[in-house]
Amino acid sequence: MRDFALPAALIAVLWAATMVLPAYHEGNLARIMLLATYAMGYNIAFGYTGLLSLGHALFFGAGMYAAGLAAEYGGVPAGPGLALGLLGGGAMALAVGLLALRTTGVSFLIVTMMFAQAGYLTILYYTPVTRGEEGIVLASALRRIGPLDLSADDTRYLVALAIFAAGLVVQAALVRSRFGRVMVAMRENEERSRMLGYSPYRVKLIALVISGLYAGLAGAAYGLLFGYVGAGFAAIQNSIAPLLWVLLGGAGTVLGPFLGTAAMFYLTDLASTITTATLMVTGVALLILVLFAPKGVLGTIRDRWAPWLP
Amino acid sequence: MGFGAFFLLASLEGLVSAAVLALTAAGLSLVFGVMRVVNVAHGEFFMLGAVLASFVTSFLPGPPALGFLAALVIAPCLVATIAALSDRLILKRLNYDPDATIVATIGLLYIFQQAALSFYGPEARPVPAPFSIRVQLPWFGYSGYKLAVIAAAVVVLAGLWLFLTRTRAGLVMRATQIDRETATAFGIDTGRVYAGVFALGAGLAALAAVLIVPIQQAHYLMGHDPLLLSFITVIIGGLGSLRGTLVAALVIGLSDGIISVFFSPTLAKIIATLLVALVLVFRPQGLFGGAKT
Repeated sequence: MRDFALPAALIAVLWAATMVLPAYHEGNLARIMLLATYAMGYNIAFGYTGLLSLGHALFFGAGMYAAGLAAEYGGVPAGPGLALGLLGGGAMALAVGLLALRTTGVSFLIVTMMFAQAGYLTILYYTPVTRGEEGIVLASALRRIGPLDLSADDTRYLVALAIFAAGLVVQAALVRSRFGRVMVAMRENEERSRMLGYSPYRVKLIALVISGLYAGLAGAAYGLLFGYVGAGFAAIQNSIAPLLWVLLGGAGTVLGPFLGTAAMFYLTDLASTITTATLMVTGVALLILVLFAPKGVLGTIRDRWAPWLP
Repeated sequence: MGFGAFFLLASLEGLVSAAVLALTAAGLSLVFGVMRVVNVAHGEFFMLGAVLASFVTSFLPGPPALGFLAALVIAPCLVATIAALSDRLILKRLNYDPDATIVATIGLLYIFQQAALSFYGPEARPVPAPFSIRVQLPWFGYSGYKLAVIAAAVVVLAGLWLFLTRTRAGLVMRATQIDRETATAFGIDTGRVYAGVFALGAGLAALAAVLIVPIQQAHYLMGHDPLLLSFITVIIGGLGSLRGTLVAALVIGLSDGIISVFFSPTLAKIIATLLVALVLVFRPQGLFGGAKT
């Protein structure tokens, strides 16, 4: 039960926060929760299963464009749009995983990066349809789920919170499950797990597809809630971002993705008021993490003080 | 202009990109081969070379040829020094763990980009070519400087080849590549070899950038394409095999030049990236590489 107590507490705090937060931070937190959902998906692949991918922007972009293009050209409303995004991300992860998981380690990283690059270039190639770098601004009439108007601040926050909460609970349940333990076994020692009768290819493929579902849902929700779909979200920087967030918060911890996303978001926000060198902040953060705290904030806390941390 | 002449022009353009690509990719291949490090910041070493060349040529008075020659020496040396420092201060402390070094070089990528943006600015600047002779072919005139770039790349690569196969330092590098522990047992300071290899790889990228910068302007985001193309080249050639890398650079540079002339460059890039991903999936040892890991 303890493994669910902390996530539940976080969800409660975020829910209570709607009543006290000013609009500016409410908007920020809505973004953070969706990006943290994306980061949780990355955490399932990288943190728990040990798959270092640089192609997750492809899954995020697949979800975002599945929902965005359906809305723009088919008039599909937000509810089915979210479902389309979820499926789009999962299907893309399945297609990439079937091929890319034949490789391991560095090759896997490069193959996922290449697929993502090809996807990004494809979006640019079909610029007449996708409007490329300029992107599509979604009409607010389409950004509704039943009576809910997603462009209103409070509704947007609550919908983002609902998606984030669902993701968080599923992640907490997944890593406690039998399958979750097999995922960790793959990360720790693939050969030994194979010897115990598990198929690494199958386990990693399922983990990657789950990860893709998260990324696709987050991408679709981000597009629909904030009304903008653009090629920039499919670029390599958006594949590096979840890696950074997860590393910062703590890879292989339940709350790490949220903590890392929130910290990095506000760090960049803070830095941009002092200096324009925001790229430097990202770069230095990566170096400091990898040199001094490779396990991230929560990973370090778990090692030193709180071994019970989920 | 007939098809033949058009094709010749496309091939010449392709040879120029192949020359630059071969230098850049040789650096990446060397680093991966000897150190087993995937250097994501390689493209930024290329960019730093171009940006430094722009600085050197704009600060040095006198004829453009002199400034360019100075840049040709100063920029790669400076970049190599930066690379050696990065190796000593960061990569060495990570024990060259594959995942950690990738994250660290991504961090370096952002830092170098920001440094270039802050000190050099967001605009693209040209560097004057050292000379502007036009070579008159029967069908069209062609830039003499571009032909010089091809020649220079051939000379440097031949030099690199001799260095690796005929000198003691090259022997030490190859020994470290084959078996680091045995090399250490024979009294080789592999830490210094690693720093040297990382510096040499970065220096090659910077040299390629200085050569290309009179044709293509210096810009703080220019490192992205060379990085991807070098990755593609190194993979097609077989990870860590220098000979394969050179052959692949020739093939890719030529086909890139020719495809871009006749078709859309974006389509060419999409096809190339997908092909490479598939090569890596189905022939992990590369098209030309032997079956060694």
